[in-house]
Amino acid sequence: MTATSAPTRRTVRDVVFVDGVRTPFGKAKPDGLYAETRADDLVVKLIRELLRRHPELPAERIGEVAIAATTQEGDQGLTLGRTAGVLAGLPDTVPGYAIDRMCAGAMTAVTTTAGSIALGAADITVAGGVEHMGRHPMGFSADVNPRFVAEKLVDPQALNMGVTAENLHDTFPRLTKERADAYAVNSQAKYAKALANGNIDPDLVPIAVRSTELGWGLATADELPRPETTMEGIADLKTPFRPGGRVTPATSSPLTDGATASLLAASDTAAELGLPVRMRMVSYAFAGVAPEIMGYGPVPATDKALASARLTIDEIGLFEINEAFAVQVLSFLDHYGIADDDPRVNPYGGAIAMGHPLASSGVRLMTQLARQFEQHPEVRYGITTMCVGLGQGGTVVWENPHHADYTGHTSEENDK
Amino acid sequence: MTENAPAERVTHALVRDVTLPGGAGTLALVTLDNGFDHTKPNTLGPQGMAELTAALEGVRERAAAGELAAVAVTGKPYFLAAGADLKGAQTIASRDDALELGRAGHRAYSILGDLREQHGVPTFAFVNGLALGGGLEVALNCDYRTVASDAGGLGLPEVSIGLVPGWGGAYLVPHLVGIEKAIDVIFTRPASQKPYKPAEALEIGLVDAQFDAADFLEQSILWAAKVLTGEVEVTRRELDPQPVWDAVTSGVRQHLKATIGGSRPAPYRALDLVEGARNATRAEAFEAEDEALADLIMSDEMRASVYAFNLVSGGKKPHGAPDPKIARPVTRVGIVGAGLMAAQIAFLFAQRLQVPVVMRDLDQERVDKGLDFVRGTAEKLVGRGKLTEGAARRIVASVSGTTDIQEFASCDFVIEAVTEVMGLKKKVFAELEDIISPEAVLATNTSALSVSEMSADLRHPERVVGIHFFNPVAQMPLVEVIHADKTSDEALATAFGITKKLRKTAVLAADRPGFVVNRLLILVMGKVLEAIENGTPVEVADRALAPLGFPMPTFELTDLVGPAVADHVLTSLREDLGDRIPTSPGLKRIVSEGTRIVLDAPGKGLPKPVDPAVQAAFGEALEPGTTGRNGTPVLDGPGVLDAVLTATATEIGLMLDEQVVAGPQQIDLCMILGAGWGFHTGGITPYLDRTGYSEKVLGRRFLPDGVANVPA
Repeated sequence: MTATSAPTRRTVRDVVFVDGVRTPFGKAKPDGLYAETRADDLVVKLIRELLRRHPELPAERIGEVAIAATTQEGDQGLTLGRTAGVLAGLPDTVPGYAIDRMCAGAMTAVTTTAGSIALGAADITVAGGVEHMGRHPMGFSADVNPRFVAEKLVDPQALNMGVTAENLHDTFPRLTKERADAYAVNSQAKYAKALANGNIDPDLVPIAVRSTELGWGLATADELPRPETTMEGIADLKTPFRPGGRVTPATSSPLTDGATASLLAASDTAAELGLPVRMRMVSYAFAGVAPEIMGYGPVPATDKALASARLTIDEIGLFEINEAFAVQVLSFLDHYGIADDDPRVNPYGGAIAMGHPLASSGVRLMTQLARQFEQHPEVRYGITTMCVGLGQGGTVVWENPHHADYTGHTSEENDK
Repeated sequence: MTENAPAERVTHALVRDVTLPGGAGTLALVTLDNGFDHTKPNTLGPQGMAELTAALEGVRERAAAGELAAVAVTGKPYFLAAGADLKGAQTIASRDDALELGRAGHRAYSILGDLREQHGVPTFAFVNGLALGGGLEVALNCDYRTVASDAGGLGLPEVSIGLVPGWGGAYLVPHLVGIEKAIDVIFTRPASQKPYKPAEALEIGLVDAQFDAADFLEQSILWAAKVLTGEVEVTRRELDPQPVWDAVTSGVRQHLKATIGGSRPAPYRALDLVEGARNATRAEAFEAEDEALADLIMSDEMRASVYAFNLVSGGKKPHGAPDPKIARPVTRVGIVGAGLMAAQIAFLFAQRLQVPVVMRDLDQERVDKGLDFVRGTAEKLVGRGKLTEGAARRIVASVSGTTDIQEFASCDFVIEAVTEVMGLKKKVFAELEDIISPEAVLATNTSALSVSEMSADLRHPERVVGIHFFNPVAQMPLVEVIHADKTSDEALATAFGITKKLRKTAVLAADRPGFVVNRLLILVMGKVLEAIENGTPVEVADRALAPLGFPMPTFELTDLVGPAVADHVLTSLREDLGDRIPTSPGLKRIVSEGTRIVLDAPGKGLPKPVDPAVQAAFGEALEPGTTGRNGTPVLDGPGVLDAVLTATATEIGLMLDEQVVAGPQQIDLCMILGAGWGFHTGGITPYLDRTGYSEKVLGRRFLPDGVANVPA
């Protein structure tokens, strides 16, 4: 070493998922749970709960708070990660920012801050998302560039997610309405079972909700699931996105209010502080597809993430895929030759039952996968994947620390 | 209820079930919410109380049926409830109705108090915001209480407005926090108008747990569940022993006699209740509360207190102020003088207006002294935790000093606070006029000189306005804004705009001698001295006004004002207003000889008695009833009081004729905030009305019957 040696080159560190929580998801309607509750308050309460669940974590060690929202204005505006941190009572020294990749917002908050951790820019991060779709309907205030239409860059209809789901039915005729209906019924059933088995409640943070008409209440459960759903019951539902179409409200995720938050850490920091390691991030990827079939995005994203991890689809033992639409999940399963009712896929049900508060959902997938890892130590790898409006997909590959072969990776090992 | 009872802003009681965590069952959560935003706090009137009773009766039925594990009460954002609806209470026409007010409260609240015993269902209050009076008593009647870290304050201010904490407070508080702390809650804090901060309430045991505002309700519900499951245990203190109880209450009784005397009944009624709270059953105690409330609601002192309370609360919007939009912007303030008054004003302007302030005096030594005061005050406030270091630095940095009057050139507002000599003030203004811009507003802090005369020779007298601060400037809430003959609306609006930013209550007064406060305060003092000059013994005269319950006896007040200042104002008032303003050679003698006029107070918070030796300054004391030195009968105590009240009623009559202020309400507001005269007198005009002095002296009342008294 000389006095003028080059700056130390940082080694890449392993990133682990410490914990994740969410609010109960509510109906994005004037009579929904959160109609009179602020979006930012939802996130604030989650950050505080994460800290309460981890007294071993000194708040000042948090190196970044990244919170996603698709519509970043009003109570979702003003750089949410920073405002939520301040409102949650984090030390002033903890920085934060807002993220937007539409539906994959929270997923991107995780991957982006994981990048910061890997590079050594932060040791611990809070990553999450919120979407109060009751207050901020998707794309409501966006000023879409006229070139999209004038130059036929994107079919104007591609901005309507339901239409893109209909397009998937067109693209893959074998993905029939009946298969989609069956998938949706199964999602509701799996959720009901998971709820009964106590797999949902541990991740929920009760939220005080005010109603000027009803007074204060406490949101303790998801508001949207319809456990009574049957094939017969949904067979004749209207198809709002296309006359004589195939996509119905039953095979779509409902408009939802809700938030999620997670704690990520460098594996060495987790060891230092005694933070639990619930998953290790193996790789991630985002990829684009034609906006008109945005639901197909998880396929190229997963291919890319698996390639980066040097894994094959056969090595994935659990799938948490966001159910924006049943057909979009089916297009993914079909591509990889996975059965519609494969028990490895969304064991607790999915967004069709729970709801999909756009930018929040990514972390819900991860929180659930982490619980499934505990329940399935025989599974070594799992993925969380989702489609994104305007034609993208995102996939994160995770390793199960409860698996017998799990060794964890350390920076030293990476060095070798 | 009378026909003109104001419409009640009903606070609704909304009940919603909450599933408790950990399988602890169902909690019925009652939200008090009047449906308005945070500018209109929840208050509890008869309709609201009936709704609450109905809601709680429903809850009780469900509790009896075994449907509920717990019941909790909380409020709309920022408020549990600010107390009983005083506007309604003030219009109650019969003692039966008054008695019903107390009983209605107990009927509702006792459901909360009885549920655990009757049905094994504990009750909780989640004090999410301001909880005063009946608002806090909702919580006190529950078995357990949590408080939010940002709750606006908790307190029982009833005694200060002529009532008692009669919806359970007088009984429950001493049991909950002990007799000594109960005295603080029921007497001391209301007197100093300081509700408890959440952490303080937790410390003395008014509440059982405090949670951060960010997720207060969630954590409160969780805490309630833990109480139910036994995970959290709340211990209650033992009842204080009888001798301790007696010693504390008799100490308070002595203190009351020495300070407020017989001026008002409420504190004594509250003390009776607290005294009896130790051994009474709850039912007996609550009945006694009802009776006390009924008597007090039907008392003139209570009606005057509520009138006064409303005056002070409403005083933030000054009567007669021009449209605020025409106020001139104030970006730099000049203060002529750097003496004590000037430096105090400089500090306040820098603190609240947040603009640069320049003080100017004749020599550097005085300027430095003024700046030292600003620096010292800032340090003191930081030390007491009343000011952040950042704010202190900003204040100190924004106040500069100079000996060069040219420094005022860029000021758009200049106030003079130089010695009270007309010639000097005129000279200052004349000099300033050549320096400041034509738009700049000129103000004077004179307390006794004519603003019109002061500005008569100026090229632009219309820009001159009086802004009379009281000493000590930081503490005294009142400012008299003086409208001189030629004062423009713009100058007046600027003055009101400034006083609002200074967070003072401004009262518009005409440019008449002594304005409002000094004219009456010094008149009262003069009438007492006049009696002494005639032969009334100083001790008799000093105590003669005790029935009014003023903050201090006459000689202590004279000592506080300073005999020289008192003599100066008395003399100048007499010059301006004539012989009805007394003259006192004795006072002049006290000033010239530097005589000490009061003894040390016998105890903390007790009045300072007159030094008997001061009698010599006035000549020997004569027997009341005999012919005095002025040829009139020597007055006894009641005679002095009568003379003072007669003179006061006369003077106020003249002040209203002269249109010094818009009405008696402004006079009352001034005397409450500028002289500390009590709510129970309503300032002064309600007292003069109810004792018949206004009728006797002027042949008319100041206020319509029933506005600040129990109507005939």
